[in-house]
Amino acid sequence: MGAAVETVDRTAFVEWLERVGDSALILGHRVSEWCGHSPVLEEDIALANQALDLIGQCSLWLEYAAEVEGKGQTADHLAYRRDASAFRNPLLLERPNGDFGHTLMRQFLFDAFHIKLLRALKDSADVRVAEIAAKAEKEVAYHLERSADLVVRLGDGTATSHARMAAALKALWPYTGELFADDAVDRAMAEAGIAPLPSSLRAAWEATVKLVLAEATLAMPGEVWQHGVGRTGGGKQGVHSEHLGYILAEMQFLQRAYPDATW
Amino acid sequence: MPKKPPRARPSPPNDPAGLRARPITFQLWEKLMSSEWPLWEVFIRGQHGLNHRHVGSLHAPDAEMAIRNARDVYTRRSEGVSIWVVKSNDVTASSPSDKGPLFDPSNSKVYRHPTFFDIPEEVGHM
Amino acid sequence: MYAQLVKSEGAKSREEMLPEEIAFQDRIDRGEKIEPKEWMPEGYRKTLIRQIGQHAHSEIVGQLPEANWITRAPTLERKAILLAKVQDEAGHGLYLYSAAETLGVSRDEVIHLLHTGKMKYSSIFNYPTLNWADIGAVGWLVDGAAIMNQVPLQRTSYGPYSRAMIRICKEESFHQRQGYDIMMKMAAGTPEQKAMAQDALNRFWYPSLMMFGPSDKDSVHSAQSMAWKIKINTNDELRQKFVDQTVPQAKYLGLSVPDENLAWNEDKGGYDFSEPDWSEFFEVIAGNGPCNEERLGARVKAWEDGAWFREGLMAHAEKAAARAPVAAE
Repeated sequence: MGAAVETVDRTAFVEWLERVGDSALILGHRVSEWCGHSPVLEEDIALANQALDLIGQCSLWLEYAAEVEGKGQTADHLAYRRDASAFRNPLLLERPNGDFGHTLMRQFLFDAFHIKLLRALKDSADVRVAEIAAKAEKEVAYHLERSADLVVRLGDGTATSHARMAAALKALWPYTGELFADDAVDRAMAEAGIAPLPSSLRAAWEATVKLVLAEATLAMPGEVWQHGVGRTGGGKQGVHSEHLGYILAEMQFLQRAYPDATW
Repeated sequence: MPKKPPRARPSPPNDPAGLRARPITFQLWEKLMSSEWPLWEVFIRGQHGLNHRHVGSLHAPDAEMAIRNARDVYTRRSEGVSIWVVKSNDVTASSPSDKGPLFDPSNSKVYRHPTFFDIPEEVGHM
Repeated sequence: MYAQLVKSEGAKSREEMLPEEIAFQDRIDRGEKIEPKEWMPEGYRKTLIRQIGQHAHSEIVGQLPEANWITRAPTLERKAILLAKVQDEAGHGLYLYSAAETLGVSRDEVIHLLHTGKMKYSSIFNYPTLNWADIGAVGWLVDGAAIMNQVPLQRTSYGPYSRAMIRICKEESFHQRQGYDIMMKMAAGTPEQKAMAQDALNRFWYPSLMMFGPSDKDSVHSAQSMAWKIKINTNDELRQKFVDQTVPQAKYLGLSVPDENLAWNEDKGGYDFSEPDWSEFFEVIAGNGPCNEERLGARVKAWEDGAWFREGLMAHAEKAAARAPVAAE
């Protein structure tokens, strides 16, 4: 177990680990929905690699969450037996896949955040967090290389591909604010030196996004209403969109229908 | 003389598989082929310092994406540490009809092989 | 098999052959590999395109029944394994399309022939995956049957096809095991799990036997393909081998093979078993299987919905090439 775990508030730490783990799980789930249905074989294979990376990361984070929680649970318990309100992923990641442009734009907006987060976590006061982040960072660096490049190419491709990417950006932008909204859990993690404050990652994220969108000939969206940052909270606090319920209904079906079975 | 690359695009109204009831129209062919990504040959160098080896091919719009696709398609089981890609159309291949003149002459140069020379056993390993 | 009912010309006798055809056949008989640019009879080339194309289509359509359970896999590990496996099928489709492309046909064109119903894929993928044990059964039975055919095809006469099969067999070695692993868990699990396992075997047994195609006793197509070494064993040989291998595996699981005529035949050193319903097989091939519409529909939709993506990337690459300074010749 990591170094910081003895001193920090465990409930907050578990909750934070679930935020990182659930993010990988839900995005991995969404990406895996493309398997067999992508626009071209090479892309189908690349996306499956990405989903595999994310499911692997989710296992590591949730396994650690279960350990810190100390109730004898496993990563599978957390993934398959929690209801929607106990999930802690931001709303952006449960957005439906939409067209391939939406999927890529969602990936890019998150990858650009994810990489900054993981790089900061490599210096975490908690050894285990730092280790998981170091492994995930290499994978996510590649995800970002791919998603940023595809956003550029499609933004600056045909008129149709440009229009689709612009529509995806407009639709998803209102879900980016939640990534950077700090709350009590985040502050506890920052004080313990486990994780950076999400708001501290914003400037670097914006710089990346600005650069990529410019090259993609897409206009950087201005200030718009942001979901999940108001008083009722968002996905990070367990207040989700309707979409998550359906994701979980599908994902957890077997474990729920046959609770005594091993697989 | 080097000959044409091995895989030129087939010309329009052919029917390579003999499967079409009637040849497709030129317009349909054009539509079909206009957005097809070029074919690339992929070469990968493995962990152990051997030469890059041809492992297969794939489609990609340009070289940069061909490298990335090759990473995703051909190194799923940690097969490589370095990737080369070459557009299939840019490969110049020797012609099969030249096989005799190109490769048979070396058959008679048996002295290039170490087993040609008898070294007495007393001399030891050489 | 993955390439069922591939049409080819009847086998020619030596007297009927042209001199170059005799020379070609002699090369094959000597075990030489035929390479892309070398002379080959038109019938050899066309049969290969049909066979490799059908094999490739089977791989990518074959992704669908298994992908059907990726989002519902019962544990994180099972999810990852299944995803990796279905991804492998996409890779195998890609390798095989590449092999077909060496014969002078483009991938998009072969895919177009699939989408317009002019080329087929294996009948097995028109059956649904209804419970989690079906994912086990697909790995155990369907991949098991496929491997029976693919292992000998590593020695096929056409170089690129042979090399693709070598790579595919190497990668596929874990597929059947993961299927059987699921079956073991299910068969040894709760009564409900065991019932799912038996149900899966009941539904997949005969469709798996159909994978090898109808008896080829009197098929002229088979004779020519075997002379060319693009078909190595007869359908019946492979089916017998499959049954002999699979029945003890079912026994180990404590599951019963849904065939009351199944019996060990000491004389032939193999099992006697019931033939599948061949009229069903021909209906499924003709498009009337339980999932034909969904499977082909999903492929066509993926292709059409993805057109803007493929075109957008191509357009960007062309623009970027035009912008770049001209490279030194």
